[in-house]
Amino acid sequence: MPWRLVRFALSKKHPEPRMFAEPGELKSSYDAVIIGGGGHGLAAAYYLARDHGMTNVAVLEKGYIGGGNTGRNTTIIRSNYLTPEGVKFYDTSVDLWKDLSQDFDLNLFYSTRGHFTLAHTDSALRTMRWRAEVNKHYGVDSEVVGPSEILKACPQMDITCGGHAPVLGALYHAPGAVARHDTVAWGYGRGASLRGVEIHQQTQVMGIDVQGGKVRGVQTDRGYISTPKVLCAVAGSTPRMTDMVGLRTPIYIHPLQAMVSEPMKPWLNPILVSGSLHIYVSQSARGELVMGASLDPYEVHSTRSTLDFVEGLSAHMLDMFPFLSNAKVVRQWAGMADMTPDFAPIMGKTPVEGFYLDAGWGTWGFKATPVSGKTMAYTLANDRNHELIEGFSLSRFANYALTGEKGAASVGH
Amino acid sequence: MTCPINGPRPISEFVYGGAFRPMPDPDAANDIQWADYVFNRSGAAAVKIEWWCHSPSTTWFMVERDTARDVILRSFLYSDAAIEGAPK
Repeated sequence: MPWRLVRFALSKKHPEPRMFAEPGELKSSYDAVIIGGGGHGLAAAYYLARDHGMTNVAVLEKGYIGGGNTGRNTTIIRSNYLTPEGVKFYDTSVDLWKDLSQDFDLNLFYSTRGHFTLAHTDSALRTMRWRAEVNKHYGVDSEVVGPSEILKACPQMDITCGGHAPVLGALYHAPGAVARHDTVAWGYGRGASLRGVEIHQQTQVMGIDVQGGKVRGVQTDRGYISTPKVLCAVAGSTPRMTDMVGLRTPIYIHPLQAMVSEPMKPWLNPILVSGSLHIYVSQSARGELVMGASLDPYEVHSTRSTLDFVEGLSAHMLDMFPFLSNAKVVRQWAGMADMTPDFAPIMGKTPVEGFYLDAGWGTWGFKATPVSGKTMAYTLANDRNHELIEGFSLSRFANYALTGEKGAASVGH
Repeated sequence: MTCPINGPRPISEFVYGGAFRPMPDPDAANDIQWADYVFNRSGAAAVKIEWWCHSPSTTWFMVERDTARDVILRSFLYSDAAIEGAPK
């Protein structure tokens, strides 16, 4: 129960102050600097302050907080991954998500909907069985269901998809949920700010000062800051940052586009994903259908949208829901996805002492916001990788020990 | 996009083949160098040389493109390429 609401109902002091304090000038030094004021960076700041007592921390954001991929994703939260590393990691995240509204005293509109990954082929169904067994082994609620269970949850769907891609079954993941993404950044930002962390928006990092293999400071467009620890959590701009410290990574950037329909009354309760049709769709609290597809097919470093995308996605939506032919698309946008070869993130310590990466979040970063914040805060505070992220280290590529998470990316990007 | 063999064609006829990355000598490279070649890449925005294929004619060629603005600067056949680090 958000007690603040009750307090405001009884008080004449309206409205509440802004989410966080304007920090003013940059200090000349901090115990840690976090580059990137999205969900991941702010979550790391929050847990650093709350769990590890590190409050002399600056978060630097070149735009405004939550204005990058945190505000551009399709807000789906789930833990039905394929590898043991992935399942354990995302399941911890789902547990954290459930308590976040309470934690922040701020309503995230966290809404458990159930998540269906549809299988249109025998081979897709086989992967679903594999995922369901891995999930169950780690205590995650996943099961393979048939077309009748899907229709029960979503009677409006054309289960044959126009006759050319009949649905044979699905992986059903009951804890699948959606949340309001902006509030996630605001909640973490406010929680960090209240504990003393400085959030500097409109502050761009121009260079990272590395001497003798160690981080010494950060050059910004508002002056130099000395710091022994830098966390890079910048989604689609990671390669620009790693270039500054001379680190080679396998990260490449493709745009990922999404769109919403006009608002309509609630009819779609579950989250539906189709790998074959390249769709994920859910209905938001405002009644809009939130829809996403696969990555753009080539490297681009901007958030432009394309007509190809709207046409392709709309056609596939009509395969599943022919009655939407008159629904209007009101908005489309793109985010820059930080892709890795094995579809798992790159997290933790790097060969540069004091430079920590929270990167490679591709198309799967939003759901990991709480757990990545928590594990990166641990890693920064103790200068030791948290056990949950050991499978995600940058060194796995040099050791040919990839994590192999592509099969769980729901749509084959 | 302009195919060096077939001339200007709609962009939907082309398939992206990734950035051009010079291959080290497989016999001389150690595991670290080989892993660097297989996995690592220059992910930051830049003017890059890329592989593209004109799919109706299966013509593979190279394109110089600015990945920040998504603007194609020129396209040419690999044999015409004067690329630093390209195998001779």
